[in-house]
Amino acid sequence: MKFTLSWLKHHLETDATVAEIEYALTDLGLEVEGIENPAERLADFKIGKVVSAEKHPDADKLKVCQVDTADGPTQIICGAPNARAGITVVIASPGTYVPGIDTTIGVGKIRGIESYGMMCSEREMELSDEHDGIIELPSGEVGERFTDWLAANKPDRVDPVIEIAITPNRPDALGVRGIARDLAARGLGTLKTMTVDPVTAAFKSDLNVSIDDDTLDGCPVFCGRLIKGVKNGPSPEWLQTQLRAIGLRPISFLVDVTNWITYDLNRPLHVFDADKVHGNLRVHRAAGGESITALDDKDYTLEKGQMVISDDNGPESIAGVMGGADTGCTEDTVNVFVESAYWDPIQIAYTGRALKINSDARYRFERGVDPAFTPVGLEHAVRMIVDHAGGEASELIQAGVVPDTSRAYKLDVKRVISLVGMDIPEATQRKTLTALGFTMKGNMAHVPSWRPDVQGQADLVEEVARVASLTKLEGKPLPRIDAGVPKPILTASQRRQQAARRTAAALGYNECVTYSFIDAETAKLFGGGDDATMLENPISSEMSHMRPNLLGGLLRAAARNQARGFMDMALFEVGAGFHGGEPGEQHMLVSGVLIGRTGPKDVHGTSRGVDLYDAKADAEAILTAVGAPAKVQILRGASDWWHPGRHGKICLGPKKVLAVFGELHPKVLREMDIKGPVVGFTIWPDDVPTPKKKTSTRSALAATDLQAVERDFAFVVDAEIEALTLVNAAAGADKALITDVRVFDEFIGGSLGEGKKSLAVTVRLQPTVATLKDADIEAVSAKIVEKVSKATGGSLRG
Amino acid sequence: MDELKQKYLGLIADAADEAAIEDLRVQAVGKKGEISLKMRELGKMTPEERQVAGPALNALKDEINSALSAKKSGLADAALDARLRREWLDVTLPSRARGRGTIHPISQVTEEVTAIFADMGFSVAEGPQIESDWYNFDALNIPGHHPARAEMDTFYTHRAEGDNRPPHVLRTHTSPVQIRSMEASGAPTRIICPGRVYRADYDQTHTPMFHQVEGLAIDKNISMANLKWVLEEFVKSYFEVDNVDIRFRASHFPFTEPSAEVDIRCSWEGGTLKVGEGDDWLEILGSGMVHPKVLEAGGIDPADWQGFAFGMGIDRIAMLKYGIPDLRAFFDSDLRWLRHYGFAALDQPTLHGGLSR
Repeated sequence: MKFTLSWLKHHLETDATVAEIEYALTDLGLEVEGIENPAERLADFKIGKVVSAEKHPDADKLKVCQVDTADGPTQIICGAPNARAGITVVIASPGTYVPGIDTTIGVGKIRGIESYGMMCSEREMELSDEHDGIIELPSGEVGERFTDWLAANKPDRVDPVIEIAITPNRPDALGVRGIARDLAARGLGTLKTMTVDPVTAAFKSDLNVSIDDDTLDGCPVFCGRLIKGVKNGPSPEWLQTQLRAIGLRPISFLVDVTNWITYDLNRPLHVFDADKVHGNLRVHRAAGGESITALDDKDYTLEKGQMVISDDNGPESIAGVMGGADTGCTEDTVNVFVESAYWDPIQIAYTGRALKINSDARYRFERGVDPAFTPVGLEHAVRMIVDHAGGEASELIQAGVVPDTSRAYKLDVKRVISLVGMDIPEATQRKTLTALGFTMKGNMAHVPSWRPDVQGQADLVEEVARVASLTKLEGKPLPRIDAGVPKPILTASQRRQQAARRTAAALGYNECVTYSFIDAETAKLFGGGDDATMLENPISSEMSHMRPNLLGGLLRAAARNQARGFMDMALFEVGAGFHGGEPGEQHMLVSGVLIGRTGPKDVHGTSRGVDLYDAKADAEAILTAVGAPAKVQILRGASDWWHPGRHGKICLGPKKVLAVFGELHPKVLREMDIKGPVVGFTIWPDDVPTPKKKTSTRSALAATDLQAVERDFAFVVDAEIEALTLVNAAAGADKALITDVRVFDEFIGGSLGEGKKSLAVTVRLQPTVATLKDADIEAVSAKIVEKVSKATGGSLRG
Repeated sequence: MDELKQKYLGLIADAADEAAIEDLRVQAVGKKGEISLKMRELGKMTPEERQVAGPALNALKDEINSALSAKKSGLADAALDARLRREWLDVTLPSRARGRGTIHPISQVTEEVTAIFADMGFSVAEGPQIESDWYNFDALNIPGHHPARAEMDTFYTHRAEGDNRPPHVLRTHTSPVQIRSMEASGAPTRIICPGRVYRADYDQTHTPMFHQVEGLAIDKNISMANLKWVLEEFVKSYFEVDNVDIRFRASHFPFTEPSAEVDIRCSWEGGTLKVGEGDDWLEILGSGMVHPKVLEAGGIDPADWQGFAFGMGIDRIAMLKYGIPDLRAFFDSDLRWLRHYGFAALDQPTLHGGLSR
């Protein structure tokens, strides 16, 4: 919403400066987005008088002028054809910035003769496009500020233009008068009284209006007057200037009047060329399928139920949104029908959205104009038209009645103070509401018809608070709920996310935050991509489905990094995957991927390709960090985006999967254009069981001074026997004595023959009662061999 | 005897290595060594001679022995020194590589915000990212026709043929968590709700997903003045400055009344943001007193309870604090960006240790 200072002063009696107005507007909730103040821009320009102008000895078109300026007699070289002795001019002295040529004037020599400034054209000062010569002023004293002269002689040229943002609850501030009212309530001046002297009715209109019964809820009242014999044409200068100042293009007087009243009083109007209207006007609902060419010269097809104004020829105006081209006013219009109607905000919002029309009328009607002002606004327009364009006005034509929006809410002075936390005296509260147009009867505040947003007590609080100034509000400490040291506030799940995140970063992974939506193909590769998780209006096909898990996004990120030339990387993310489209069908995940080598090739020769045991180690470390038990099972058979032979599920029983680690399926990598192999893991932190009893006490440390003994065994087993089977069998040989079984070698094939492998383990024996004797060790060794043979079918390697 | 002493001390001093020392030991004090032989001769002496020669020989033997061992350890040291000189390594060679992981700024800043509000008694609530339109809009006093709905560029989820329920939305703000939290735990309450939010907008300064943190405090007497204090404390703590001017500007949100947008005083001198000084104002959040209809929607009686709510962009305050220029890069996972703007694993923000290094 834009307006000029002089326009504001049309409604507000005030001496406030632009800066004071700016501060107050923003503080009141009418946020100033920008102020264009020509007086500031042109503050350095001063008036001078040309004493003499001689031809430049070395240039035909230049003149050497002696000019009386604020700094005394000054020599200025000028190229303007009208530069001559005796004229009053505008001087930019050295150091002055000239906006129209984007230059700061300096002292210079032009063709060998010194010049101490510049005489300016209107274009050089961005006052107009006029550039035929320098400005010749009809009056003005040497040394006078040019802006002071403008303010006295052509005030509209230095009229500051203020642009404010209007929140959706303040339709009243979409008219300059509403803004003036807010400022007056703040104490920045007095709201001028506004009256209209209705034009006397000269005849009874032969054009009539009706509203269909089923449309009265959308158009409770429709007013109009027919004016015959107007002379349309360009608007008077002041009107054109004001419209231009706020960025509107003057069209013709009749149209300009509707635009001006729209911005001045937030009263959208429409003017029909009465000679183009066939028969009477009827406000009704579209049957659907009718088409209309609107004033923007575009064709619109109406949907069933949308409100429309028709004559005998069919739709002539999209009600409350945009008029029709067929009956629009032109320069030649002689008989005009002026419409002022009240349209239901919700219905206008839906129609405007459906037809995708953004007009000033829709913008205002959908926020809510003042229904009571419907006939009054019409009188303002008719008075303005007749006064300038002549003609005779008909009697008022009115269909329907002005809806009754009267309502009142109790002003609870104490509650206002309690909610705002500011001691605002009762008298001030009442004064504020009154200034805003509320009528106070006892402690009931009756809401003015132009404030549809005020719907309850809380709104009264807001009005009082914003006028009192929230900027001035002093903060008051919010006491703790419980005195003392604050208690921990994170849930177990939140702590796990933090622990997982920081552990992964400590292990060398870079945390990513990838979009929650991915393309359908990627989603399908990872078990998603169904309709339940599809967006109805995705921003692009790359972001069409909610991600089933994190791997797709991480692999896409990896591919982008590979394309940038980074081949070694460790990426992870902590976030939600979506297993359905209902609220809550999401689950917390931690995923990481490792690609390339463990590091760049180096002098130590330690760099190697990453493999699934790296991913396994990292998954185990993170599981430990989130509190998973140490004893787990490793099973196979996870989802098909893993390499079928190179992955494992870390489980507590076959149904309780805490994590999957392994190599990604080469086909998935090919589809996603990633140079593999890639290993990775996914962890379900919320599936890690919570310890039943929380205690900070540790169990006692059992440490013995007795010497531990380690013995190595190598077994030959079938190649598909898993190491864990062997390890568990060995450990089970004497649970009291054996504290650890470690695989330290695997050898496949060779002299062992096809389908066989050797697994070597170190078994650590820790006696707790007495030092182990050879016989004890022999006995447990035999037991280990027996258990392992039984469990694996293998034998001790000879 | 002096002759003997001089001879051996000379030889010992000249010995080149441990083998030579050993030879000299055998030669001098070994079983058949020169000095040992002399000592055997003591038996043949008169007691008087023995009394003179005995101690002298013993002294000589001790002296030779200590010379031998001194020389021996000197040679050992020299040999060790020589070996160590040979063991010279080029210590300027690079160390063995270790991966340097990082925490994303979003996570770091979320933890910073959590640390500050936890101290003021706020706990962390979470909610679903796919929301019903009731939680996302209606419960927050944004009815179907409200312009705010259209302005929010909402993502809707697909509805199967024949499913006539209104489509769910990707939450456009974290505010629905307020409602769920009120429903679950009632009043009094103090929560913050950080998380992902979605709006269908993508340009220089907008991404279709970003992060917000919502705050909600409800009690018997909470006022807007309390809100202002909480936000002042937050801004000072978060930006790690001693003082900051904050400006409450009246504004409008459907879910709060009165509402205020909050600006902080700052300067942009030289393109870097300095909070708490200068003449510029920077809008950082929206806030207000919870609208009675919102309390009602959450099952809380507005006649008994009142409180405030606020919401701000986590990405935005991360950009402001850490000078990160482009929002879009947050979600691109460019390794160079992650390493440059990321945080070390052990840089966990705390109030006692400081939020940032």
